[in-house]
Amino acid sequence: MAAFFYLFSIVLIASAVGVITVRNPVHAVLLLILAFCNGAGLFLLQGAEFLAMILVVVYVGAVAVLFLFVVMMLDVDFSELKEGFRKHISFAAGVGGAVLIELSFVAWHWTFAATASESAAAPIAPQVTNTVALGEVLYTKYAIFFEAAGLVLLTAMLGAIVLTLRHRPNVKRQSIEAQNARTAKSVVELKKTPFRAGV
Amino acid sequence: MIEAIVFLPLLGFLIAGGFGRWIGPRPSELVTSGPLVACAVMSWLLFFGVGLGDEHAFLRTLGEWFSSDALKVNWSLRVDTLTVVMLVVVTTVSSLVHIYSIGYMSEDPHRPRFFAYLSLFTFAMLMLVTADNLVQLFFGWEGVGLASYLLIGFWYEKPSANAAAIKAFVVNRVGDFGFALGVFLVFKLTNSVTFDEVFAAIPGLEGLKIHIFGFTADALTVAAALLFVGAMGKSAQFFLHTWLPDAMEGPTPVSALIHAATMVTAGVFMVARLSPVFEYAPDARTIVTIIGATTAFFAATVALVQNDIKRVIAYSTCSQLGYMFVAEGVGGYSLGIFHLFTHAFFKALLFLGAGSVIVAMHHEQDMRKMGGLRKNIPFTFWMMTIGTLALTGVGIPHTPFGFAGFFSKDAIIEAAYSAGEHDRSAFYGFVATVVAAGLTSFYSWRLVFMTFFGPRAAVAHAHEDHAHDAHAHAGHGHKDHAHEDHAHGDHGHDHEPRESPVVMLAPLAILALGAIAAGFVFERYFAGEAYGEFWKESLFTGGHNHLLHEMHDIPAWVSYSATIAMVLGFVVSLFVYMLRPGTAHQLARAFPWLYQFLLNKWYFDELYDFLLVRPAFAIGRLFWKGGDGRIIDGLGPDGVAARVVDGAKVAVRLQTGYIYHYAFAMLVGVAAVTSYFIIGGTH
Amino acid sequence: MFEPGLSHYLVVAAILFTLGVAGVILNRKNIIVILMSVELILLSVNLNLVAFSTSLNDLTGQVFALFVLTVAAAEAAIGLAILVTFYRNRGTIAVEDINELKG
Repeated sequence: MAAFFYLFSIVLIASAVGVITVRNPVHAVLLLILAFCNGAGLFLLQGAEFLAMILVVVYVGAVAVLFLFVVMMLDVDFSELKEGFRKHISFAAGVGGAVLIELSFVAWHWTFAATASESAAAPIAPQVTNTVALGEVLYTKYAIFFEAAGLVLLTAMLGAIVLTLRHRPNVKRQSIEAQNARTAKSVVELKKTPFRAGV
Repeated sequence: MIEAIVFLPLLGFLIAGGFGRWIGPRPSELVTSGPLVACAVMSWLLFFGVGLGDEHAFLRTLGEWFSSDALKVNWSLRVDTLTVVMLVVVTTVSSLVHIYSIGYMSEDPHRPRFFAYLSLFTFAMLMLVTADNLVQLFFGWEGVGLASYLLIGFWYEKPSANAAAIKAFVVNRVGDFGFALGVFLVFKLTNSVTFDEVFAAIPGLEGLKIHIFGFTADALTVAAALLFVGAMGKSAQFFLHTWLPDAMEGPTPVSALIHAATMVTAGVFMVARLSPVFEYAPDARTIVTIIGATTAFFAATVALVQNDIKRVIAYSTCSQLGYMFVAEGVGGYSLGIFHLFTHAFFKALLFLGAGSVIVAMHHEQDMRKMGGLRKNIPFTFWMMTIGTLALTGVGIPHTPFGFAGFFSKDAIIEAAYSAGEHDRSAFYGFVATVVAAGLTSFYSWRLVFMTFFGPRAAVAHAHEDHAHDAHAHAGHGHKDHAHEDHAHGDHGHDHEPRESPVVMLAPLAILALGAIAAGFVFERYFAGEAYGEFWKESLFTGGHNHLLHEMHDIPAWVSYSATIAMVLGFVVSLFVYMLRPGTAHQLARAFPWLYQFLLNKWYFDELYDFLLVRPAFAIGRLFWKGGDGRIIDGLGPDGVAARVVDGAKVAVRLQTGYIYHYAFAMLVGVAAVTSYFIIGGTH
Repeated sequence: MFEPGLSHYLVVAAILFTLGVAGVILNRKNIIVILMSVELILLSVNLNLVAFSTSLNDLTGQVFALFVLTVAAAEAAIGLAILVTFYRNRGTIAVEDINELKG
């Protein structure tokens, strides 16, 4: 058990480092996918199997693929890490290191309050699967948040469409409302022509 | 009635000033001049009543102005003999000037404003002479100063007029400062500013000493001297005289009213009104005599060589004011007022006559361009001659035959000699006034000869100046062409000087009457047997002042001295300008330095410019650029703004536009907060 | 000590978080790396939430992690849409060329 934990953790961290350092963006996306998969593994270890699978399906299957599409669509240069980077790195490393050390410090010395375990909002039912347990809580206690999440997704969808929509200039398309609004008066013209004369 | 006299001009000012634009020029003229004529009539009635008759002096209190602890100031009108004499002078001359201005200013587009200012001036002057306390007198004092400024600068589009107006106001202000200090000192000494209370307290203060600026001085002398400084400014005495010649930038009626008859005499009036104070301050009176005598002499010397007709008369005024102060300085207050009275008539006459000449000469004021006008404007000529006879003091001593100035001027000279028997400053006054009399005669007749006699420099110059090339002018045939020229509408003038309209000549005639008669008619009241009944209590003479009796005990040659000096001046002037023309130029070439010295008014303007004006401007510039600009603005708004910009320039470097810099800044912030809480701990 | 407990998961999440932040700040290449770094940060947060949910025996953590997932997906979609539009207008997605938000 512990071995899997360390395996997943190390690969996760290594691929995260790779995401931010490799030159080829396609490699970076692939490494991101690897990181997600290892993250899903860590979730599995903790007994949150539904979340792990969802991570793989949504993150890897949708988001990472989207990244890949965009990377391949845009003309992205391979670029080197610029030199000017070096003189700031000491200060940046210092700050980053400080943040990391502090987070770890907090993480290592975390203790729960004595009454913490009694105040669980949604205790995990022991006999059912994670999916069933989540379902029982999600649609009852957290129903509103669920709906709100749906709205967020709707907004995101609309936003993405609006941002990227381009009207091609030469494409013919229908305008239903214009068609419906047409009246006989505006399109049909009756002409009285003399016999054998034409219009 | 006294309220009507004082406030009708104010009403005229408000109507003409406020609504002149709507009612038009002619109604403005009438609404100011008409009531003023009524005021003049009422003033003469009061004069006959309170002055010549038996009516008592009275006090009309209109209300309280302000009071603060011991200082109580009321609006009140004091009417006694001195007041009614001044009322007569002011209203008569003012009403005649108003009527004259209807003609003189007939082409001016700003007539309502002019007449409004004239009435404002009259109101202020009347408030001055009817004041019952020093503060109300100062109100009138300042009011006439204001009106003088407005009227000198009436043609405000001329920069020289504006400069002259400011000069007049600023020099007056110097005098007013002294006057204000004098009022403060009087209040401190007597705890009141009302005349009756002050006069009652004065005898008790005799010999009191005060300490100022480390010196110990007699209190009353200092107070009287300070008050006299105000008179020096207002009456253009030596040292504070520089504004009077420049004041000729204003229209001639203004010069006649303000700078001949009324405003400049306010100082003389004030000294007379405060005769109780001056009687107990003999050293101050010495100062008055010396200044007055010096002024009389100085102004007469400058007038000898001036070429502008109005400047000659202005210096003449300055000189005659010196005479009045000499009279008051030796203790003869009524003599000073007598000369004020007669001087008002003949000086106004001379100024208005000069205005008539100027109009006839199409606004040419340089006497060198005049000549031979006797034939063109005979009425004006005779009026000016009468004025000159009055000014120079033509008369036969020891007889009642003489023009107005003869009586008043000779009285002053005799009084000066009489006081000079035991006072050296008065003797200096005597010498100065006699010499000035000769000089006065010279320059007055010089003016007449250069303007009305002699060759027609007028025509020759005017001919060259106006280029009427389209018309055929044959030599001296201008008189025939005069009517044809008039027919060509666009030239408002023809080449011939013409007599002024009746509306301008009638006031001249009335003033001439005064110039002839005012002397012998009123001599007994001002300087003779009827002194006591006339003046009653309005003038005070101290226990040692027996001047009016002593002046009749002088040696005979003294009474002839003035007449001899006058005749001498006339003869020399006749010689130089009529019998041997060109002598003046020869004399000027022979003594160039003296000529320049006199022509440049003893270089007073240059001296004051160097001593006072330039340093003042330099100090002003120092405070403006250095103080206000660099220090206050530099430390204040400009400085703060510049520092803000500097700060912004530094801060702006934080905004590079790169997102990762911004993210990094956020990270630094988070790290800092976290570190603070981990190390410091929450409380 | 080597048995994986709560603290271990938290440390892993912390390291991942730091790496994500470093990716945002130190990146000079292109904007896509920034978006990917944000995904890493969100992953670390999820890890944290699930770790606590397990140790507190409370399902709330996992529910919240689900929502974070939702929002992360939405944000990635919008971010990429913006990126695509930006690229259409500017022709470049190099981070150094994008500095117009400056003073």
